[in-house]
This record gives sequence, structure tokens and C-alpha cells, in this order.
Amino acid sequence: MSETSATTIYEVPDAAATAAQAATDYQSGTEDLLGEKMVLNMGPSHPATHGVLRLILELDGEVVTKADPDIGFLHRGDEKIAENMHYNQFVPYTDRLDYLAPLANNVAYACAVEKLMGWELPPRGQAIRVLACEIARISSHLLGVGVYAMDVGAMTVFLYTFTEREKIYNLSEQLTGARFTTSYTRVGGQIRDLPEGFTDSLRSFLTECENTVDEVDRLLTRNKIFLIRTKDVGIISAETAISYGLTGPNLRASGPCRDLRKDRPYLGYEQYEFDVPVGELGDCYDRYLVRMEELRQSISIVRQVLDTLPDGPVNVADTKSSLPEKEKVMMKMEELIHHFIVATQGIEAPEGEVYFGAENPKGELGFYINSKGGGVPHRLKIRAPSFVNLSILSDLLVGHMVSDIPTILGSLDFVMGECDR
Amino acid sequence: MDFFFIIASAVKIFGFTFLVILPLVAYSTYAERRVSAVLQDRVGPNRVGIPATLFGFKKDLKLFGLIQPLADGVKGLLKEDFTPAHVRKSFYWMAPAFTAAPAFVSLCVIPFGSAVTIFGYEIKMVIADIGVGPLFIFAIASLSVYGITLAGWASNSKYPFLGGVRSCAQMISYEIALGLSVIPVLLFFGKLNLSDIVTYQAANGWLLLPLWNENGTLIHEAYWQTSSQQWLLLLPMGISFFVFTTSIFAETNRMPFDLPECETELVGGYHTEYSSMKFALFFMGEYAAMIVGSALIVTIFLGGWSLGFGLDSALLQTSEGDWKWYAGLIHMGAFLAKTVAFIIFFIWVRWTVPRFRYDQLMKLGWVVFFELALFNIFLAALIIAAPHIGLLNTFLFGIPALVITALLMFFITKANEVRRKAKVT
Repeated sequence: MSETSATTIYEVPDAAATAAQAATDYQSGTEDLLGEKMVLNMGPSHPATHGVLRLILELDGEVVTKADPDIGFLHRGDEKIAENMHYNQFVPYTDRLDYLAPLANNVAYACAVEKLMGWELPPRGQAIRVLACEIARISSHLLGVGVYAMDVGAMTVFLYTFTEREKIYNLSEQLTGARFTTSYTRVGGQIRDLPEGFTDSLRSFLTECENTVDEVDRLLTRNKIFLIRTKDVGIISAETAISYGLTGPNLRASGPCRDLRKDRPYLGYEQYEFDVPVGELGDCYDRYLVRMEELRQSISIVRQVLDTLPDGPVNVADTKSSLPEKEKVMMKMEELIHHFIVATQGIEAPEGEVYFGAENPKGELGFYINSKGGGVPHRLKIRAPSFVNLSILSDLLVGHMVSDIPTILGSLDFVMGECDR
Repeated sequence: MDFFFIIASAVKIFGFTFLVILPLVAYSTYAERRVSAVLQDRVGPNRVGIPATLFGFKKDLKLFGLIQPLADGVKGLLKEDFTPAHVRKSFYWMAPAFTAAPAFVSLCVIPFGSAVTIFGYEIKMVIADIGVGPLFIFAIASLSVYGITLAGWASNSKYPFLGGVRSCAQMISYEIALGLSVIPVLLFFGKLNLSDIVTYQAANGWLLLPLWNENGTLIHEAYWQTSSQQWLLLLPMGISFFVFTTSIFAETNRMPFDLPECETELVGGYHTEYSSMKFALFFMGEYAAMIVGSALIVTIFLGGWSLGFGLDSALLQTSEGDWKWYAGLIHMGAFLAKTVAFIIFFIWVRWTVPRFRYDQLMKLGWVVFFELALFNIFLAALIIAAPHIGLLNTFLFGIPALVITALLMFFITKANEVRRKAKVT
């Protein structure tokens, strides 16, 4: 936003040149007889690539001299699909972006369309969305840390964090009716208010989750083997991180304190007290530490939201454009007509273009909407954080050993569903 | 060599290998899954039991899933044995056997019980009572690296190839630490026969816990004054135990050192291209190696089949005459119990720690364990020699020599490290 003066220009390093330079450096720095290099194809179905990332590696012994990520195996054409459906119909597609935090994607998309419409949610609706976002962040980071530990070899941590995620799925079933593909938000609100007893089960979950986070902390943070596997591995300097456009924990681990919840508060995030953890060096260990601290901060945010949860309506009152309440639809003619119009023709959006970026677990998930009026967007562009975060791979992997690749990939915590969209 | 000896040996080979070790291999896979399940808040395999409903009963007997290994074995045999194209078939077929066989062969020198008297003959409970026990085990066990290397090479695939190369380097490196770490023990015992080593420990206290002697009396303070040498020896023996156990982890490719097959990097490592019973053979070889390792640790450091706690002599006293029947069986039970405890320790470690990186592992082997084991030999030698050369000589020459050795090792390592760093940058 405004705090960047827009004068600093960061150059994106030429990945191919860096790789070539590293290769020649490596060759001149060793006295060993060098044979031909081996090309190793890692992925698209490989345990370390978290889905369908394909890496074409050029190895000299065990050292990577060139890394070429090949993405797109999960491409669905979400952006094109969006041009052919109403705004509300696209919500289920956002579930499948970062499918480890679908609630946060729903919220980000709804916020983007609401920005286009110029709507502001009532306080309770906003608070519920913050709850959804932070639950999604806990879920995503739990998986990120667990999978990362598994990539390094500590499989038990993965199962501990998955036990907690199971509870989150139960919560999300309570909240939305679906465990995985939540589709919770609608343009102008949520599909329903918090169900009865939800806050209590959420509170008890938070305590259990805190215990698990502490347990993971005890298992990993000072573990000697974990330290030597992750420290000084995959260092991303602050300049490189900014020039590649990294966001989220991956950027913050390198030093820059950039969190959209603080820098560009949305959904009333400014009401809640939380710290934004930043790393020093930008190595894999820092990224782990940042995620662990964000987990704790998210738990604290959820507690604050639960303590200050306001009463009142959850949806925008503009019944002509947003979906009216179901009960009224059943009872009253007027609402029935509105419901019919909104459901069949879509929301009557104004002309114009809008960009909304939300601080998602993986980084800044942005939606750019270009509207020419009517119920469908003319163009919808998704800025997927995983896609941007992965762009650094060909620069980052060079010079590391094969064993470091799972470590680095795990620490970047990407989701291919979002990257390939 | 009479006829009875041959019969007895055949019975021992068959009984120990097929009735004890093979089931133990099968059930250590089961234990691995159940113990890991306990550690990870899961249930683990608890379904496969006796399918009584097939025979008209109302309910299946689940038996805590104890039949699971059998089901796994049947699955291994019935699955398609797929051989990929363009593999070197002779090597590809030989490799699993090369991995599995050495582990079983090396079991033959491990004493698994004291002695049983039948028809007036006393039979030692060891298959081959040879005078070079540990050396035989090292010689045979290191053959299994051929299996892994051949598997990696013959598979004609890149991930197995990397796994094979890694395991080759790893096993050879850690064999050095393994061999060196056992030398202080052999210096102390003065013999290489594992049966004699265990007999000595049964009589004079376990190597790591020399607290009770033959008569079952606790060794108290008076002993400490008369024989401080034995207490001092606990230090080098402790180091030996530590290095030996860690090297066994590396030798058997268990968790902190399971680089040859780490699934997140190399998919399956050297056995990626193997299926059905060939894969099962690799699996069995790995677990058999783990059992041999546990048995060896127990035999050398923890008194083998002896009960300890002064119970051995009690057993002898209560059972004059025919005692050797059940005493022998109880000793076998003690040996198995100790071995199983160590297997569970192996499993516990596997599911607790992350794994090392390849270069870190090699550095650990060559810089830390190799030198520690080497230094340990000098230390143990000095303590053992001290009574013979006198106190004055010990302090005048022995200890300075030890310190100089330690310093030399330290500086050579440091210099090496600096040189290597300079080369890289």
C-alpha cells in the first residue's frame, strides 16, 4: 500500500545464468574428476513433491547443478471457468485452490467481489470470517509443519498434527456441512450463522491444539538432527524474496515484515492483537519457526474473536442483490422473487475493476476482477501465492544436495492445486 | 565328530533359524507397526486373526492382529513378481538373496542359551562355537552391502542407483567404526569366542553392569576399593557400547541413518523396482540384520543369555542334577527377552528422530565415531595395562601419551575441515 515508496526496484536474478555460474564454480572448486551429469526427473508423482510438481534436476554426484520446475499438471482453467458463471457459483471453485485452507479462500474471494460491489459486512459477519480465516490458517500450518517434518524424516510429528487437523475437519463440518470443500461464503455474507455449540467445541479444540503445538515444538525445535538438516539450508535473502514476489511465511522468514492483516487491515483485523513473526536468515529453519509462531498467534486471534463476538446479522442487508434469508424466501413473495433473480441471473455487479489481496496461510491470495456489469466477471485473475513462491525454485535449489530438496520443498509449503489452478 | 553332534547341530540350525528367528523377523514387522501406532496415537494392524466365520462360527477371532505377518507373507507370495524391462536379470535376481542370506548366516555364532544336557551329552546352545565370533559376524554381515549395491545397479533406474551408491558408502564407513568400537571389549575379554564372553559375563557381571558376581552377591564398596580397574573400565566400555549401537543403526539402515531407502527423497531407494517376494526378501533381510545387531549388542555388552541380578547362581543351586534342562530354557528366554527389548528400542528410535543428510552422515561416521572409537582403544588399553606397568609409569607415560593422541586426532580433524572448507569456497 502506501508504506512502500514505489522507488525501490528489485531485479529478478536470471535463474539460468545463476545455475550455469554455480555449475562452473562447483567444477573449478573441486579437484575430483568430473564425469557426465545425471538428469533426474523428480515428480510429478514423488513423495516429496506434495502433489504434482515435477522437477527436472541436473545432478553432479548428489549436488544439484540445475533445477527446472515443471508445473501445470493440475491445471483446470479456473480463471476461464469463472468468466462463464455467476459470482456465487464460483465459490466452490475457490475451495479447490489451496485445498488445505478452503475457508480462507472462500473468504478472500467473497471479499474481492464485495469490494467490487462496495459492500461492507455487519460486524458479526466480519468476525465469523476472521474465525474462518484463522481456523484455515491453523489447519494449513499444522499440515505445513507436519509434512515438513515428514520430509525431513520425522513421521510421528506428521501424525500428531494430522490428529488436530481431523478435529478441524469436524469443526468445519459443524460450521459448513462439508469437511473438505467448505464453500462457506457467499457474496455478501455466509451461507449460515455459527451453529449452536460451535464456539464451545472451538474453544476446547484450541486448548488441545495448543498442546499439540507445544508437543511438536518439543520434538523438533531443539532436535539436533532437525537443526543440522534445516539450518543454513535453502537461504533466501530478503532482496531475493522480494524480487521474486514471495509472500506469506516464506517472505517473513527472510526478514521483511509484510502481513496484509496488519498493513492493509480487512475484516476488522485491526481490532485484534497479534504479532507478526519474522525470521532473520531466511533458511528452512526460520520458515519452520515462523509457521510455528503463526500457529500460536492464530490461536490467540481465534480466542479474541470468540471473546468479542458481536451479535447481530451476519449478511449484508441489501436483499435486492445478495441472497435473502431462506425463511423469508419461503414465507414472502418479495423475497422469493429476489431469490429467484439473484439465483438465476446473478448479482448485478457494477462496471469496473478491482483487486483484493488477502493474507492466506500460504501468502497473498489475490483476486483481480474485471467487470463489465452483469452477473459474471469479464475477467477474473487469481494471484496464487504458491505459484509465486515456487518461481524461486530454479534459483534456490542449485548448489544443494538431493537430500535438501525435500527439506526446501517442505519448508516452502506449497499446494499444487493453487499453483496450477 | 560323532553322529550325535551332527544331529544336534541340524536340530539347532533348524530350530533356531526357522522356529525362532524367522518368526521373530515376521513379528518384528508386526511390532514395528504396532509400536509405531502406539507412538503416533494410532491403532495399527489389529484385524487379521483367525477367520472363524469361514468355518461356521459366529465371530472372527481377531487376536490383536497377530496373524498379520502371515497375511503379509501370503500377499508377498501371491503378488505379481514383476521384472522391469532392461534390467540385468542375473544381478536383479541375485540381489535380494544377497541381502537376506548374510543376516541369517551370521546368526550362527551367537550363543542363544547356556547348555542343555540330553542323553548325557552336553549341548552348547550355539550353532557354531568358533573362536572368531565377532570377526565372523563382521565378515558375513558386510556381504549384505553387495545385495543392496547390486539391486541399485541392476535395477537400471536412477533412484535405486542413488540408493545403492549411498548405502555402499554408508555401510563401508560405519563398518570401520563398528569394528574399532568392539576392540576395547575384546582387549578386556582377551578372547573372541562369543560363548566364552557370555560365560565370563555370567560369572563376573555384565560388561555394562558389573554389579553382581557368580555367587549372586552384589559387588559393594569393598570391591570398588580392591578393583577400581573394573569401574574405570566402564568409561571405555560405555563409549564402545554407544559407538557400537549407533553403528549397528547405520549398518542396518535404520532410521536416523536410513538414507539408502529414504522414501521422501529416493522414493524407495534400492528396492524401488522390486515387487512381491523379492521385495519381501529385502524387507526380511533388513529386519534379520536388526535382530542380529540386537543379539550382538546383548551378547557382548549385556551378558547374553545370563539372567543377571545374581539369579544365575540361584538357578544353579535350586536345580542340582537335572537343572540344566530348564535352566537352559530359561537362559534362552532371557536372551530372547533382551533381544526383543533392543528391537523395540530400535523401533522406538526410528519413529522419534528425523534422518541425517548424506554428507552429514558420512562426516559423523568418519569424524566423530571413527575417532572416538580409535581413541577409546587407547583408553581401554591404558586402563587394562595400568596394573601391569605400575602406577608411576601410568601417570608418567600412559596418560601423557593418551592426551597427545587425543590432541593429534583433534587437530588433524580440524585441519582437514579447514582444508575442505577452503576447497569449497
